[in-house]
Amino acid sequence: MNRQPSNIAATFALAAVLAGAGMSAGHAQEAAPPPRQHWSFAGPFGTYDPEQLQRGFKIYREVCSTCHSLKLLSFRNLADPGGPGFTEAQAAAIAATFQVTDGPNDQGQMFQRPGKISDNFPPPFANAQAAAAALGGKVPPDMSTLAKARSYEWGFPQFVFDAFTDYQEDGPDYIHAIINGYTTPPKGFVLPPGGQYNKYFPGGAIGMPQPLHDGQVKYTDGTPETLDQYGRDVAAFLMWAAEPKLDERKQLGFQVMIFLIVFTGLLYFTKKKVWHDVELHPELETPRAPTEYKA
Amino acid sequence: MSGHPTYQPQSPFMKWMERRLPIASLVYSSFIAYPTPRNLNYWWTFGGILTFMLTVQILTGIVLAMHYTPNVNLAFDSVEGIMRDVNYGWLLRYIHANGASFFFVAVYIHMARGMYYGSYKEPREVLWILGVILFLLMVATGFMGYVLPWGQMSFWAATVITNLFSAIPVVGHGIVTWLWGGYAVGNPTLNRFYSLHYLLPFVIAGVVVLHIWALHMVGQNNPTGVEPKDDRDTVAFTPYATVKDAFFVGLFCIVFAYFIFYIPNYLGHSDNYIPANPSQTPTHIVPEWYYLPFYAILRAIPSKLLGVTALATSILVLAFMPWLDTSAVRSANYRPLYRQFLLIFFVAVVGLGYLGSQEPVGGYVLAARFLTAYYFGFFFVILPLLGLFERTRPLPNSISESVLKHGAPIGASAPPPAGGQGGRP
Repeated sequence: MNRQPSNIAATFALAAVLAGAGMSAGHAQEAAPPPRQHWSFAGPFGTYDPEQLQRGFKIYREVCSTCHSLKLLSFRNLADPGGPGFTEAQAAAIAATFQVTDGPNDQGQMFQRPGKISDNFPPPFANAQAAAAALGGKVPPDMSTLAKARSYEWGFPQFVFDAFTDYQEDGPDYIHAIINGYTTPPKGFVLPPGGQYNKYFPGGAIGMPQPLHDGQVKYTDGTPETLDQYGRDVAAFLMWAAEPKLDERKQLGFQVMIFLIVFTGLLYFTKKKVWHDVELHPELETPRAPTEYKA
Repeated sequence: MSGHPTYQPQSPFMKWMERRLPIASLVYSSFIAYPTPRNLNYWWTFGGILTFMLTVQILTGIVLAMHYTPNVNLAFDSVEGIMRDVNYGWLLRYIHANGASFFFVAVYIHMARGMYYGSYKEPREVLWILGVILFLLMVATGFMGYVLPWGQMSFWAATVITNLFSAIPVVGHGIVTWLWGGYAVGNPTLNRFYSLHYLLPFVIAGVVVLHIWALHMVGQNNPTGVEPKDDRDTVAFTPYATVKDAFFVGLFCIVFAYFIFYIPNYLGHSDNYIPANPSQTPTHIVPEWYYLPFYAILRAIPSKLLGVTALATSILVLAFMPWLDTSAVRSANYRPLYRQFLLIFFVAVVGLGYLGSQEPVGGYVLAARFLTAYYFGFFFVILPLLGLFERTRPLPNSISESVLKHGAPIGASAPPPAGGQGGRP
């Protein structure tokens, strides 16, 4: 037994050297890591801030919706609990400002009508080809799940810490970073035609022109009308769009955790009681159900 | 199944039943009176945890299937419909998706325990091989389940993995076309994966019955690897093993629930929230975390055919462990060298898992090749040779003797060890 620790140590050392060689060779991160923001919905007790979601929705409606669809959401969702907190009447009023294609009618024609609360958000373009044709060949992604469809590779060991600190906000951090990431390209960077430089976008060249500028969207509640704030608000709104049941999930989760911890504690003491005699008197024959052991 | 059922029906109905279908005495002898070694540690609770997880996956899966649509144009949206419009659909889906991961967590611990304590050795070879079959079925089921949401990773994982079969000489491409049901991954592929994903869990449940049957024929192994000799070595399954299992299922559920409720997308890949797009390849295609060690082995080998062969061998070799291991001693606690090589093996597998998640460039490839060599070296060189050269430590004469030696409480009078230290070479 005494000569083996050196064995194991040598092997680990070799493995570590090889792993080290791997790490130095392999890491070529393309884009800057998105700065982590403070989110009201982060952490085990996080909830969405309805006012922030309303501001974010205003940005979506006035800016993003020109190009990006939100097809998995319907207007009724705006009045759902754990959402932006619009009343049903408000949601219906918002729906009525959109034109929705319906039909076919009795004459077999498709027709336009004002939106109803049960309608999904209508897309800005009839189809992907129309979007691509209008926007220089690129189809803007649908925004329904966007905040969960974007992330950043934090690598080891950060990804381990993130499990313990409950970090699930890659998506909104990334969206906020993109909104704020338009800068002049570094020297020697060749922008492809129609591209913009964004330091947080993988590869650096993003097709979307800078969508927001300071003061562009008017806030009525006194919130600063800055790019930084816009980025946070629209990212929060998109997180809600992608994960509308987050409030309910975290609330139920707390109840489940309390139950499981108490229940498992009780199981532990039950186990202790059941095994008490066996562990106290290991020399004795153990109590058993009446059976004959077949060796 | 084993032992003598001593269930004595009391009520007239149970007496009547016992003569026609003795299910009560079967349950009694298998899950109540069944003798389990008294020294089992908590690593032995993962069999129960796996049974629990299989049940969770089947129950949530059946409800999810009621709301899911296996069509390339509707699958992604129907999964999002589950998340948004089905009552507690988000909960069912997050349980099911994270449940797959935790199923694999449990099975890897279960397998590691079997390797550490030599649970694959005579007379448990068939039990062990059934376990390898279960693992293969789990791998297939998990893979097909991952394809169903029809996100970018679903589609591209399906493309990459099914393409592995094209490495087979002559018939490879024909097999791939046959698997796809067309000339690319498409609607027929999704439909058959859905069908098989629903079928295989019940096949797993059937093989689990065989696995438990085999277990009850040969009895459980234990940390000493010494077979129980008399009644002092065992305790009844109920309440002793059941309550211990229940406690650990509870602990396991706490971790499981933390993932479901607080970091439900941590183990997934964000690209799978982008609908599948056959004309756009993601920058990195990575499988789910539980396949990463095998993926690293596949990519460590420059030739496609050899890589696929290595991938298949890396799992199938487990089935041959009972014969590759030449040592007569089961438990690694009494095999100092095997213990170290095995612990290094576990580290190597984790290392391969990390490398599988990284791009195969430069030093990563080198490291993956080194660890792959160790992986196979462990099975084909170390295991057979160790049995011939290793000096094992003396085994206890019985389970109860080892229990007494370890934790004899004050005041307990230990009987003197019987005989000499058998097993010393």
